[in-house]
Amino acid sequence: MAKIHVTTTINGEPEEFLCDPAETMLDVLRNRLGLTGAKEGCATGDCGACSITLDGTLVCSCLMLAAEAEGHEIGTIEGMADGDHLHPLQQKFLEMAALQCGICTPGFLIAAKALLEENPDPTETEVRFWLAGNLCRCTGYDKIIRAVMDTAAEMREAAQ
Amino acid sequence: MNEMSNKWIGKRTIRPDGVDKVTGRAAFAADTTMPGMIWGKVLRSPHAHAIIKSIDTSKAEALQGVKAVVTAADIVDFPVDTPYPLGIQDMRWMCRNVMARERALWHGHAIAAVAAMSEAIAEEACALIEVEYEVLPHAIEIDDALADDAPILHPWMEFNGKPSNIAGTLEHTKGDVEAGFAEADVIVEGEFTTRPVHQGYIEPHACLVSTAADGKMTIWSSSQGQFMVRAMTSLLTGIPQSDIRAIPAEIGGGFGGKTIIYLEPLAAVLSKKSGRPVKMAMTREEVMRASGPTSGSKSKIKIGAKKDGSITAIEGLYWLQAGGLPGAPVRGAVGCALAPYDIPNGHTFGYDVVCNRSKVAAYRAPGAPIGAFGVECLLDELAEKLEMDPLDLRLKNAAQEGTKAVHGPTYPLMGYVESLEAAKAHDHYKAPLDRTKFQGRGVASGFWFNAGGESSAQVNITEDGNVVVTTGHPDIGGSRAGIANICAELLGIDYNRVSVLIGDTATIGFSNLTGGSRVLFASSMVVTESTRKVIRTLCELAAKIWDIDPDAVIWEDGEARPAGDNAGQFDPLSLEELASRANESGGPIGAGTQLNTTGAEGGFGTHICDVEVDTELGIVRVLRYTVLMDVGRAIHPAYVEGQMQGGAVQAIGWALNEEYVYDKDGKVDNPSFLDYRMPVASDLPMIDTYIIEIPNPKHPQGVRGVGEVPLVPGLSAVRNAVYDALGIRFNDLPLSPPRVLAAMGEMKQAAE
Amino acid sequence: MTDTQYLAPATLDEAVSAFASANGAARILAGGTDLLVQMQAGVVKPGLIVDVKKIGELTSVEETADGGFIVGAAVSGAKLEKHPNFGRVWPGALEGLNLIGSTQVQGRASFGGNLCNGSPAADSVPGLVAAGAVATIQGPNGRREMPVEDIPAGPGKTNLAPGEIVVSFTFPPRPAHSGDAYLRMIPRTEMDIAVVGCGVNLTMDGNTCTAARVALGAVAPTVRRVPDAEAALIGSTLDDAAIEAAAAACCAACSPINDKRGTIAYRTQVAGVLLKRTTAIAAERAKA
Repeated sequence: MAKIHVTTTINGEPEEFLCDPAETMLDVLRNRLGLTGAKEGCATGDCGACSITLDGTLVCSCLMLAAEAEGHEIGTIEGMADGDHLHPLQQKFLEMAALQCGICTPGFLIAAKALLEENPDPTETEVRFWLAGNLCRCTGYDKIIRAVMDTAAEMREAAQ
Repeated sequence: MNEMSNKWIGKRTIRPDGVDKVTGRAAFAADTTMPGMIWGKVLRSPHAHAIIKSIDTSKAEALQGVKAVVTAADIVDFPVDTPYPLGIQDMRWMCRNVMARERALWHGHAIAAVAAMSEAIAEEACALIEVEYEVLPHAIEIDDALADDAPILHPWMEFNGKPSNIAGTLEHTKGDVEAGFAEADVIVEGEFTTRPVHQGYIEPHACLVSTAADGKMTIWSSSQGQFMVRAMTSLLTGIPQSDIRAIPAEIGGGFGGKTIIYLEPLAAVLSKKSGRPVKMAMTREEVMRASGPTSGSKSKIKIGAKKDGSITAIEGLYWLQAGGLPGAPVRGAVGCALAPYDIPNGHTFGYDVVCNRSKVAAYRAPGAPIGAFGVECLLDELAEKLEMDPLDLRLKNAAQEGTKAVHGPTYPLMGYVESLEAAKAHDHYKAPLDRTKFQGRGVASGFWFNAGGESSAQVNITEDGNVVVTTGHPDIGGSRAGIANICAELLGIDYNRVSVLIGDTATIGFSNLTGGSRVLFASSMVVTESTRKVIRTLCELAAKIWDIDPDAVIWEDGEARPAGDNAGQFDPLSLEELASRANESGGPIGAGTQLNTTGAEGGFGTHICDVEVDTELGIVRVLRYTVLMDVGRAIHPAYVEGQMQGGAVQAIGWALNEEYVYDKDGKVDNPSFLDYRMPVASDLPMIDTYIIEIPNPKHPQGVRGVGEVPLVPGLSAVRNAVYDALGIRFNDLPLSPPRVLAAMGEMKQAAE
Repeated sequence: MTDTQYLAPATLDEAVSAFASANGAARILAGGTDLLVQMQAGVVKPGLIVDVKKIGELTSVEETADGGFIVGAAVSGAKLEKHPNFGRVWPGALEGLNLIGSTQVQGRASFGGNLCNGSPAADSVPGLVAAGAVATIQGPNGRREMPVEDIPAGPGKTNLAPGEIVVSFTFPPRPAHSGDAYLRMIPRTEMDIAVVGCGVNLTMDGNTCTAARVALGAVAPTVRRVPDAEAALIGSTLDDAAIEAAAAACCAACSPINDKRGTIAYRTQVAGVLLKRTTAIAAERAKA
């Protein structure tokens, strides 16, 4: 089958790739671009492990065709830290042990970052509902929610 | 214990693998690729129960892009009449689990597998494999499998001299339960059911296998034990263990479900046949159809007690679903059910029942939540009948040091009573409930055996005076951080100078599974032993430099010092200095230890749960939850709390919404996260934890296992809270909205 | 293997032409949150995927001079939520759209996709029906309009003609003191398919209800408007008797199935409960 040539931006850098028309963004990230930070937990949009941003909007990369990336900006976990300087959410997840096995962690971080960009002062309930599409089976969510709330508070303070 | 300065033990250090995991760098099983890699896919049975009459793979093999095909003929057969145990598994069942042999025993059972240039070609090839089935009637539920006219899954299986789906039984007896019931003033009894539930790890099973022309094989896979992967793959393929190197990828959750293998032997054969590296990964649907959940169960429980609350006897009969091949966790059910209680008479008896579902795998304290469920529900009822507080009733009968348990052992020092007392004293237990909103509170307790077993570790001092620790256990929940805490503590150096790695089967000695709540218990024993050997070597080196007796050197705060004034006056030698001078005596500094560890002892916990019920919709929401538990010693408290919280939430899922729905053809109708309904973040409150530390006297740091106990009490704690809210005793899980609303309707009708 | 082609036309004419000429082998890609799941499951293998998100009319939100709205069929819930006025005027319709799946899914899912997927349990459809939204449809034979409630034809089926694409939804101007709401019953708090969904749209004159539209989801082969419930509410003060009558009408309107997500008895009972709760919220909003 004829492949599609896609020109896009990934984590701020121009990127080109060839993909099958029905190939998902997740498969292209993982299998063609070597960006395996987005994980496949279900491939049906039910677990959030493959979360990325598309022009800043949080989406599941398993529910997006790679061809749709043409002309858009993709953000993945690989672009979250600034060099060796971790994003405050990444740092807080480490400090507060907000991960156990770590397979859901990239998805949670991308989702939480999108939340704080939209709502820098979320309530616990808002955090829980925003992250309801990210499944974690290890932590019971407690430490994840606390880490997001704490990061939000610190980022607000830093912004003042 | 007291030798510790506790600079690092008990600290919430940042885990050694942490940065890799928050930046997406950590390589899980499906993240590894190899040049020339091809893809494998599995053909699965479309029938719940069928005789496989023939398999013709010729059309698949002829398809462009197909490189190899595997069927049961390529997998070593272990005859059903010769037991071949390997750990908690038996290779007779494992060889039939990875590839259906005589029969397809469940919808989704592996029939064949193909490796091809792409996943799509492999899938297309699977569809070209022609399988002739003789479809048989199926039995999904326990009662279906035990019916007089039940389809018999295994013609060779007999019970009481008759063909049967009962694969085995196990019982524990203490005293005389009939005599105990005769003494009782009050008797409560009931029948209970729990549903099969999946471990729900977010990472589907995956592996990559590469075989060289000389037959040497490398396996990258996500499992709870690289040595288990090596042993089982070797046995199922006939390749010697010495030719297989099993590398543990980071594991995306297991909860027991990755203590067995599914794909590795298939990929191994495909790789060998094709000469190519072969990657295989299950889809979520395959995970739900073909990998092991834990058993569904039914049970009949009876408890007798005196008016003062002292229990005179408990009897528990259990039937556990094994899935299509024997091996339900009967031991956990009949062994753990009565373990928290000091009772004169107890009897538990369990049946292992096969049925046409995927073979069960271990799930966090396998069998124990099933065993505890009916007992803890009936204790709630007994407390009400006796007008006692349910925690007081448990305290009255609580096992303690010296108690002879119904399942055999006499307990050493342990903290079950403390968990009950802490629960009673906890704010949560005293907090008011809003009865107008149908709020209720429940408590329950639970026990798990914990495990020791084989572990190996190597502790090496680098030339620049830092430390590399290698252990043999995949780290699922932060165990590397615990190991680093202990090693840094013993050496008296900064935590960040200790690097902890998980070795593969070629680089570290045999280490048993990450399971049984054993990893930190066992690996800290071998790491402690190795570190002590290293310290001894360092002291000997200092002694040689100073030309004094090695016994006159002590190790303190990361440096060798003369033991006292009599030893002589010397400036201390730091780890860095000694490392740089290692070749002056003996050479490189390092030590390994391999042990079959013992002394794990059991673990106990108590849970408090508050719920609110939407009585118009039947929805149960958990409002507040507290987990109280004796953990021995919390080496890394944050990851201990994480185990307590995660276990409790799995219990909440099991109690409220998780279950498999089968259609009339014996096919799972909800093989997705969408419809399997594990708890999501918005379903839950924070999960409070209360850590009790009564150090295990048989462990150098006092560690007890913490991973599994936190699941055990949860099902009953939730159910008892719903009773408290509604006055309805639900004995069948899950407490899903239709079931709750239907029961409320019946109650209303009965009242009218 | 079936070859799939992908097309992302910039104009509606191009899209309609490609869609129609594929003779049923094509699928429209809006948010893709259903289509990609179906492709993943192997249920659907489209010969052609027509991505409509490069077409301005399908991805824009317009406020009409008379106070109505025209919402492009492929506008995502996340985008519509950010519109300064839509959610203020039609909170119930927006609620329905933004109860579809997770935050991630809401970044993509749209009214058009949710409607055309044809699920009886589609969360956004009862709200559209209750709102009296009208779909603008373009096909090989030109443009036409169709009330949303006439579009679903059964599970996975619509009354669209071959080659027709839903372009946008027109929400009528809002009389003063109107309010809408959508509630659904799911076992968890998020991420489930509605076991029952209920959309209610009311206009109040003081304490009297002067107009009402009620729609139920997941209780019949299609999302269903419930005229008897509307009749019970209109002219009443939303007193207990009227509410009970409307709830009973909702229960009576149910013809659900037993499936993995709920039973007939449960769905029927819950439909009445949701009518009451949704009406209360809509009334509150109408009075505000």
